[in-house]
Amino acid sequence: MTGLHARFRDRTAFAPRADYRLLPFRFIRLDDQRYVVTSDVGEHVVVSRDQLIAFARHELPVTGALYRELKAKHLVFDDDSRAALDLLAVKYRTRVAPVANLTGLHIFVVTLRCDHSCHYCQVSRQTEDKTRFDMARDHADKALALVFESPNPAIKIEFQGGEPLLNFGLVKHVVQEAERRNAVQRRDLQFVIASNLTHLDDEILNFAREHDIYFSTSLDGPEDLHNANRPLRGGNSYRAAVDGIARARAALGHEFVSALMTTTPASLPRVEDIIDEYVRLGFTSIFLRSLSPYGFAIRTRLIRGYDIADWLGFYQRGLAHILAVNRRGVQLREELTAIALQKMFAPLGSSYVDLQSPAGIAIGALVYNYNGKIYGSDEGRMLAEMGDDSFCLGSLDDRTFASVMTDDALQQILEDSLPESAPMCADCGFLPWCGADPTFHRATQNDIVGHKAFSAFCAKQMAVLRHLVTLLEDDPDARRVLMSWV
Amino acid sequence: MLLKLSGRGLRALGEVSSRPFIGRISTDVAQRGPNEIWLARGGAGVPDGFRAYLLAGPRPVMPPRDSYALGPEFSYLSDGDVIRIEPDRGAVHAIYRRNSRTNSLLVTERCNNYCVMCSQPPKDRDDSWIIDDLLQAIPLMSPDTGEIGITGGEPSLLGPRLIELVRCLGQCLPATAVHILSNGRGFATGDLAKALAQLHHPDLMLGIPLYADVPEHHDYVVQARGAFDETIRGILNLKRHGVRVELRFVMHAETYEGLPAFARFVARNLLFVDHVALMGLELMGFARTNLDALWIDPLDYQRELREAVETLHRARLRVSIYNTPLCVLTPDLHPFARASISDWKNAYMDECDGCALRTQCGGFFASSTLRRSRGIARVRLG
Ligand code: SF4
Ligand code: SF4
Repeated sequence: MTGLHARFRDRTAFAPRADYRLLPFRFIRLDDQRYVVTSDVGEHVVVSRDQLIAFARHELPVTGALYRELKAKHLVFDDDSRAALDLLAVKYRTRVAPVANLTGLHIFVVTLRCDHSCHYCQVSRQTEDKTRFDMARDHADKALALVFESPNPAIKIEFQGGEPLLNFGLVKHVVQEAERRNAVQRRDLQFVIASNLTHLDDEILNFAREHDIYFSTSLDGPEDLHNANRPLRGGNSYRAAVDGIARARAALGHEFVSALMTTTPASLPRVEDIIDEYVRLGFTSIFLRSLSPYGFAIRTRLIRGYDIADWLGFYQRGLAHILAVNRRGVQLREELTAIALQKMFAPLGSSYVDLQSPAGIAIGALVYNYNGKIYGSDEGRMLAEMGDDSFCLGSLDDRTFASVMTDDALQQILEDSLPESAPMCADCGFLPWCGADPTFHRATQNDIVGHKAFSAFCAKQMAVLRHLVTLLEDDPDARRVLMSWV
Repeated sequence: MLLKLSGRGLRALGEVSSRPFIGRISTDVAQRGPNEIWLARGGAGVPDGFRAYLLAGPRPVMPPRDSYALGPEFSYLSDGDVIRIEPDRGAVHAIYRRNSRTNSLLVTERCNNYCVMCSQPPKDRDDSWIIDDLLQAIPLMSPDTGEIGITGGEPSLLGPRLIELVRCLGQCLPATAVHILSNGRGFATGDLAKALAQLHHPDLMLGIPLYADVPEHHDYVVQARGAFDETIRGILNLKRHGVRVELRFVMHAETYEGLPAFARFVARNLLFVDHVALMGLELMGFARTNLDALWIDPLDYQRELREAVETLHRARLRVSIYNTPLCVLTPDLHPFARASISDWKNAYMDECDGCALRTQCGGFFASSTLRRSRGIARVRLG
C-alpha cells in the first residue's frame, strides 16, 4: 500500500505500549480446546488455553488482533485507554439501573377454578364453589393500590388462574379500575390474560379489543400431544385453543395472541412436531421450557420422568430445527435462547425475571393470589400450594408496596440470590449471562442459594450457554439468525 | 453549479474603508442602514444611507464611499446574504447565503487533531478575529434559516467564545438548528460541556468523528496520541449534560476494515448517541495529499458497510450514509443514504443524466472527479 505523505506518522507511532493491565474478568471452559472469557458487563471473547494464559500473565503481544478485541471489549486497558474505565462504569450502570424501577409485572390470580385437569398443573381446582377459590373484589382493589405504588414507568398486569375467564367480571373490574387510575398516573400500562381460550365469547373479545388486552394461551404441540397433556372434561382442548387463537387474532390482531408450551416427557421425542405446529399456526416465537419442579407435576413424579440430559437433547434438536426453519425464510425465535443472547449482546441485558441478579422475586414480579396473599413470584405461589410458604410476603389486607419491598425475609432472599456472592457462581465465566432461581433451589434442595454442583438449573444454564457460544463461534449461518434475535 | 464563496471579486470605484467590514445584501431602498449593503440590479440610481454599494453597470459620477464593481462570479449574491468585505484586497467572502439549505460558519482554523484525510487542513495561527466577525454577522441572518453548521478547525478550542457564539445563535435565530462539527476533545474535562448544555439551545447537535473501537487506530487516523480517550470522554460528558451527539465515521482505505468492529463498539458502549453518520471521503485537503494511500472504491467496502449498518440499525440507532452516490450502494442500503453534500460542493457526472435515482441521490463532491468509483452508472427503473 502507498504510504501517507511524509508529514504524517505511520501506525507504529500510535501502537500501544507493551504493558497492559487487566480489567475484571471470569473464564470458563468451552470445550477441550477453548475458553470463554467474560467481563462484568457480559461481553465475551473465546480464546485458546495458551491465549488465556498469555493474556492473564500480561504476555500478549499488544499489536495482535486478540489484544485489540480484548481491549475493545474492556477486558484489558493500557495508557491510551483510560476511558475504558468510564465506559465500563456506564455499561455496568446501564445494566443494573432497571432494578431500581422495581416491580413491573403484576400477576392477579383471579380464580383457581379451571375446566382443564392438566397433568402438570400446579394449582388449579375443578369446582363450582366460587366463593372459596375466586379473588374478592376488595382484594383486587387493594392489589391495584399496590400496583400503582410501584415506581416502575411500565406496568404489566397479567391475569392468571386457574382459568381467569371463569371470573371475567373481576378481570373487567381490574382493567377498568387500573385505567381509571392510570388516567392520572400515565404509566405505560399493558394487560395480558393467560387463558386456555375455551371460554372466549364475543363479550370478552369486544372488551379485549376496547382495552388492547393481549392473550397468552397454552399450546403444547400437535393435537394428540396437546390433548394428552391437557385433558378437558367433555371437550377437546386442542380444538378449543386453535379455535380461540383464530378468533382472538381476527378480533384483536395477529400480534395480540401468543402461546406458551409446557414440556412433558411425552414432548421430548417430538420437538420438531411441536415447532412445526407453532409455525403452522403462524406464531413467530416459541419457548422451549423445561418442566418445572412444582405442584402436581412433582406429586405425580412426572418430573422424575426425564432428567436434564433428555431436556438438553430436546432443546438442541429444537434449536437446530428452528434455525433451519428460519433459513427457509420463516421467522421464528426461541425465547430461552433470545434471553441468553440478550444478556450476551444487548447493553440493557434482559428483563426476564427468572434470570436476574438479584433474582426478580418481588422486585421483578408480584403475585396477588386468589386468597389475598402476596407472593414474590408465580413459582412462589406454586410452592405454597405444595405447603412451603417461604415466598409469601404477607397479605393484601395489611401490606403496602413499601412494606413488601422492605420486608426482612424478602431482603434476605434477594441478598442470597446475588450470584456474584454465591459459591461457584462467583467464579463462573457464565455469571453475567446467568441468574439465580431461589424458588427452584428451595424446591429441589431446600435451600435458596443451592449447591450448584448438584443443581439442574446450573447444569441447564451451562449446557445451553456452551451450546450457544459454540454455535456463534463455529456456525456462521446459525450466528446470522441468532444475532437477529437480539 | 459550483459557487465561489470567497475571492477578489471587488473593484473599488472610489474611496473605501480602511478595515474589513460585514454587512447584509439588500436591494430594497427602505432597508437602508449601517449594516446594509446595497446591491444594484441594473442601472438605477444610487440611494444613500447604506454601508456599502455593489454596483453593476456604468460607474456613477460621484460614487458614495465604499462603492465597488462586483465580479460576475459573485452574481449569485442576493437579498439577505451576509458578506465580509476586505477593501484593501478587493476581496469579498459570502459568510451566509439566505437561499442555501446549509450554511457553514468556519470559526477557527486551529485544531488539535491532524486527520490524514482532513478536508480543511488546520493552520496554527491566531484567528480569533473570525469569531468577532461572526458575532456581528449572526444578527444579520434571517430567522427563517433552517440550519447553521459550525466547523473548523476545532471549535472547542475557542472555549468560552464558542459558548458565546452558540448563545448568540440561540438568541438571534431561535428557530435555526445548529450543528457543530467538533472532535469532542475539548469537552473531555472542565465545564465546557456543561456550559454548552446550560444554554438550553432548542436544536443543537454535535457531530463528533470517531474512527475505531480502540485508541491505536483512531489516534493514527487523527494523528494524535490520546485523542480517542479524550473524544470518548467528551462524548460521555456531553451526553451526561444532555447535549445531542452524532458520531461521524469517514470511510477510506485506512478505516473501512474497522467498520464492523466500530459498529459493534458503538452499539454496546455508546447506544445513547443520537445519530451515526457513515461518510464517503471528500477528496479535498489532506485527502488529496494522501490520495493514493486513502482512496478505495466504495464498491470495495460494501460488505463492511452493510455489516456496520446492520449492527447499528438492529441496535435501534439512527444510521445514515452520507456522501455516497446511490448507484454504488447495494439497494438494501438505499434507505440509509442521504443527499447530504452542501449545494456549493455538489456535482454530477455525465452518467447521471437521465438516471432514475437522480432526485434522491446525493451525487458527488465536486472534488471527487479526481477518482471515481467503478460503480457509477445510470440507473434505469425497469
Ligand atoms: S448457576 Fe451455574 S452457570 Fe449460572 S452462574 Fe452459577 S455456576 Fe455459573
Ligand atoms: S448515476 Fe448519478 S444520479 Fe444516478 S445514482 Fe449514480 S451518482 Fe446518483
